[in-house]
Amino acid sequence: METKASIENAASPAEGEAKAPSRAWTDFANALKTDNPVLRLVLGLCPTLAVSTSVQNALGMSAAVLFVLLGSNTVVSLLRNVIPAQVRIPAYIVVIASFVTIADLGIAALSTELYDALGIFIPLIVVNCIILGRAEAFAGKNPVGRSIADGMGMGIGFAWALVLLGGVREMLGSGTVLGFPVFDSVMVPVLGMRYVPMIAFVLPAGAFIILGFMVAYFNYLTLGPKKAETGHSH
Amino acid sequence: MAAELALIVLSTVLVNNFVLSKMLGLCPFVGVTKNVENSMGMGMAVIFVIFLASVSGWFVNKFVLVPFNITFLRTVVFILLIAALVQLVETVMRKSFPALYKALGIYLPLITTNCVVLGAVILIMNREYGFFQTITYGIGVPVGFYLALFIISHIREQLAMAKIAKPLQGAPITLITTGLLALAFMGFSGLVRE
Repeated sequence: METKASIENAASPAEGEAKAPSRAWTDFANALKTDNPVLRLVLGLCPTLAVSTSVQNALGMSAAVLFVLLGSNTVVSLLRNVIPAQVRIPAYIVVIASFVTIADLGIAALSTELYDALGIFIPLIVVNCIILGRAEAFAGKNPVGRSIADGMGMGIGFAWALVLLGGVREMLGSGTVLGFPVFDSVMVPVLGMRYVPMIAFVLPAGAFIILGFMVAYFNYLTLGPKKAETGHSH
Repeated sequence: MAAELALIVLSTVLVNNFVLSKMLGLCPFVGVTKNVENSMGMGMAVIFVIFLASVSGWFVNKFVLVPFNITFLRTVVFILLIAALVQLVETVMRKSFPALYKALGIYLPLITTNCVVLGAVILIMNREYGFFQTITYGIGVPVGFYLALFIISHIREQLAMAKIAKPLQGAPITLITTGLLALAFMGFSGLVRE
């Protein structure tokens, strides 16, 4: 990742040109690594928990969120000098809602199965705090290139957290990953028995518990093992 | 009729609790439940706004969206309706009920982006509820939300005094506790068949 960034820097020696891509790259990397919306900022929990019952649903939701995030960040950034500060939140919401409507109709046209699986959580992308949060905190203040980079990083950061959670839940709860029976393919020939799925992990209860441990592990990584060893809450 | 409405209340409060079973409204659920007082403020404000939003959403759907055949605009229309409603409630409350505004005021702006509200309005539309069903649903959903906030905020006040490993403090332990609570609430699932 970092080597690619340095290559990009070296490739465009002209002063003005060199700054823009590397800056956008830093925004992208920051959004991806240090500010993961789900695991670090604990935002956008409703769709994260509700649709991560399988990897496929997680991928579908991530694609929809990435699309809306890129669209809204681009438009909000383009209009940032036109929208009066007092009415910026309603304006952002209308922009976001328009992209959500496009995504809603698009998914309905492409795959009925995915549309039914995601259900009410497609229109609810409107109130996903990640998207409004980025419009307010980033796109409303920064040029288009950087806003797109930020949207890309946030969207992919959301996606990998969602796919990871979906993978764990599908594996434990149904014994499969993307429909492939991971446990049975080993257990049936070796032990001669089938994996018994722990259904609780597909249900809401399992989602809360697994995400709780994922966030805790991410905290552990960022806090550093030493600091994390002896914790005492006040 | 009365039995059906009672079932809606039972279903939305216990069986299909928006937080614990439908997983809606989780950001405020994790965000404001550190102490009981704040959670109850948020809970009351949500009851107020969801009731108004579901009733006005029902009217808008029935007399604007359906007759003009523009139901595909529902997301844009409903979110604007909710934003306008929250603004209106805030203004009216500040002028006429200053005491209430002092207690609930700071939670109102947050509610616009609370997916419980939009979720309730869209679900009412999807299920093609009649007027009385809508009113009942508009009361049951936020009462269920209030119940979840009530339970978790009391648990979290106790957790604050417990010795918890540092990485688990805050959001993670809240999520895990919520998971256990959701497991307990699964015991209600036989009560109502949806």
